Amino acid sequence: MRILLVEDDPTVRSFVAKGLTETGHLVEQADNGKDGLFLAVSEKFDVIILDRMLPGGIDGLRILETLRAQSNATPVLILSALADVDDRVAGLKSGSDDYLTKPFAFSELLARVEALGRRGRNEAAPQTKLEVGGLEMDLLSRSVRRDGQKIDLQPREFRLLEFLMRHAGQVVTRTMLLEGVWDYHFDPQTNVIDVHVSRLRQKVDKPFSQPLIQTVRNSGYMLRAD
Amino acid sequence: MIPSRPSQDRQTGRSDTKKIRRFSYAALRHHIGGLRSAGVRFALGYAVLFWVSAVLFLSVIWWGTAGLLERQVEASVSADARALSERWTDGGLSALALTIEDRLEDNVDDDALYLLVDPKNQRVAGNLSVWPADVAMSGVWYQLTIRRAGSRGVAEVQAFDLPSGYRLLVGRDVRGRTNLRRLLTDTLLWAWVVITILTFVGALLVRNMFRRMISSIARTTSAIAHGDMSRRMALSGRGDELDEVAEAINEMLDRIARLMDGVKQVSNAIAHDLRTPITRARAQLEYAALHAHDEAGLRSAIENGVSDLDNITAVFEALLRIAQIEAGSRRSAFASFDLIPVLQDIVELYEPVADEQSIRIIPRMPGHLPFYGDRSMIQQAASNLLDNAIKFSPHGGTITVSAAIGPELSYDGKADGQTVTVAVTDEGVGMSEADLERASERFFRADSARNTPGSGLGLSLVQAIAQLHGGTLQFVRRSPGLAVEMQLPLCGTSRMPPVPDMTQDSQSSHPPDMPMMIENHI
Repeated sequence: MRILLVEDDPTVRSFVAKGLTETGHLVEQADNGKDGLFLAVSEKFDVIILDRMLPGGIDGLRILETLRAQSNATPVLILSALADVDDRVAGLKSGSDDYLTKPFAFSELLARVEALGRRGRNEAAPQTKLEVGGLEMDLLSRSVRRDGQKIDLQPREFRLLEFLMRHAGQVVTRTMLLEGVWDYHFDPQTNVIDVHVSRLRQKVDKPFSQPLIQTVRNSGYMLRAD
Repeated sequence: MIPSRPSQDRQTGRSDTKKIRRFSYAALRHHIGGLRSAGVRFALGYAVLFWVSAVLFLSVIWWGTAGLLERQVEASVSADARALSERWTDGGLSALALTIEDRLEDNVDDDALYLLVDPKNQRVAGNLSVWPADVAMSGVWYQLTIRRAGSRGVAEVQAFDLPSGYRLLVGRDVRGRTNLRRLLTDTLLWAWVVITILTFVGALLVRNMFRRMISSIARTTSAIAHGDMSRRMALSGRGDELDEVAEAINEMLDRIARLMDGVKQVSNAIAHDLRTPITRARAQLEYAALHAHDEAGLRSAIENGVSDLDNITAVFEALLRIAQIEAGSRRSAFASFDLIPVLQDIVELYEPVADEQSIRIIPRMPGHLPFYGDRSMIQQAASNLLDNAIKFSPHGGTITVSAAIGPELSYDGKADGQTVTVAVTDEGVGMSEADLERASERFFRADSARNTPGSGLGLSLVQAIAQLHGGTLQFVRRSPGLAVEMQLPLCGTSRMPPVPDMTQDSQSSHPPDMPMMIENHI
């Protein structure tokens, strides 16, 4: 993916850029709002990572608003030291697709950036059926089958599996699951998500030889066919 | 009001006079405070008001006495003249002359003056010998000095024209009245002088009173401004406006002191509870840098360090969140919603975790419970409570999550509103009385909880959220276990909940045995 990174702190910038490059992405960098805005409007990117507070008079939200005013729909992830819920709401309102507060784990950033890039490509046709390996999910009849065998899921388990299947092949972090499946924006102190995933595994993976839901160390989970 | 400046001048040499004058003027200004001084303005205002009203009052008295005398004279002369001219009309000259003689005889006070003259200015009747030269026009008041029966007197006279060239002079000798009037005027003038002096004295007194009133407040506040937070305003005990001000200031100071204590407590807590993980992370990293033999050891040390840092961030975020909620700035997200699905979702989120330890979560809730508040805050609070309950429940225990509309358990006598009670009850180790007192303090962890994970901020956050909604957090000891109850006012959608009492700090947990859980089993 071609990614634009606008971040003024050189350490964070090079850390993120290195990480993204190592995972096979092409990264353009800007260290101030003006250059960032120029790059964002003049070139085509798959995802833009914007620091919210930038030197040079143009901050992240301004860049975002300018982009959206030009009906540029490039997915934007905002990085911010403002962890406040109101700030998050303001960021999402001005047209960002995701919001990550500093300090963040790189794996979290990577997972979210890849999810955003994927979303940009997938949004064309609404799907009625998801399929990963032998696992099939019918979104209309809300039924799940694996290798032709019916799996009974609770509504929440269904949504959890749906989220994993929509992000198949990608790392999905616990926070992403909490936000995407439960719509919670706080951090439960215990490993509730892990327990939910392990329950889902019992139903989806245990009766079969090939496990689909993988644990990615230090990041989260991934649903993968191979 | 002006102190004696010249006396000072006189005592010094002539050459120094100017300097001294300037100096003493400055001293004077300093003493009085100039017009910038509120006391002086206050006193001046008082003086002007008092003086003007005194002058007005004196004028009214003067007008009502001396003026009245004059008006009486004028009225009686006019009435006299009218009667006489009627006599002329009725009976002619002789009747008029007769009447004048009659009147003069009847006049006991001997103050009436009459003179009737023919066209040649010859006296026809009356007690004046000649027509006074000054009196030329008729219908105008003249003041004459007359000499009558050997003594001088003052008279008020008026001339009237009669038909066929006759003229009539009617007047009154006002000698006595003039004396009276002079006496009155003198008295009033003296009164005015005395009043003026009183005005200045009064103004001085007022200024001093004002200064005394203000200076006690000013002294105390400036002492406090210089850091002596223990000082308080003195109350006179009269319950007057000054006492009100003093009480308000004292209240404000108490509150500032409480807030400062809160800040101090938090910063101490931060110092302690953030330093510990930072020290741990630092020690690990340093040790690894010095002693790690292989890459794996180094890597695991770094990972531990990172996870410690993540912990620190989490603590930090929780602290900020509590501070922000306590500042009451998060009202923007208040909306109406049904409490039940929110709680059910949280129960559902934690059910698998509880299941792993064979803990049963029993929800006891009505079908619907409309509520006005911040949904995500309530979610977080419920999540924290449930999280705690699971942590402290024994294997195979039961946790009850109940929500019910209970009557306002009146701590402050209010019985009008309704309260929602959200309670999470566990069968765990519970807490001792002493621990309950401190349960919602930031970073407080009971000794029995030392070995469980957590930052000690969970209940502080719940408390802050309850307060944001105008409610309270209570702990009820059970045997075994503990019930933690959030009592939130049910305000409907039309009314904003009352502003939370931010002065209520974490110390103010209520007596734990007071509230009893109300469960509506529906």
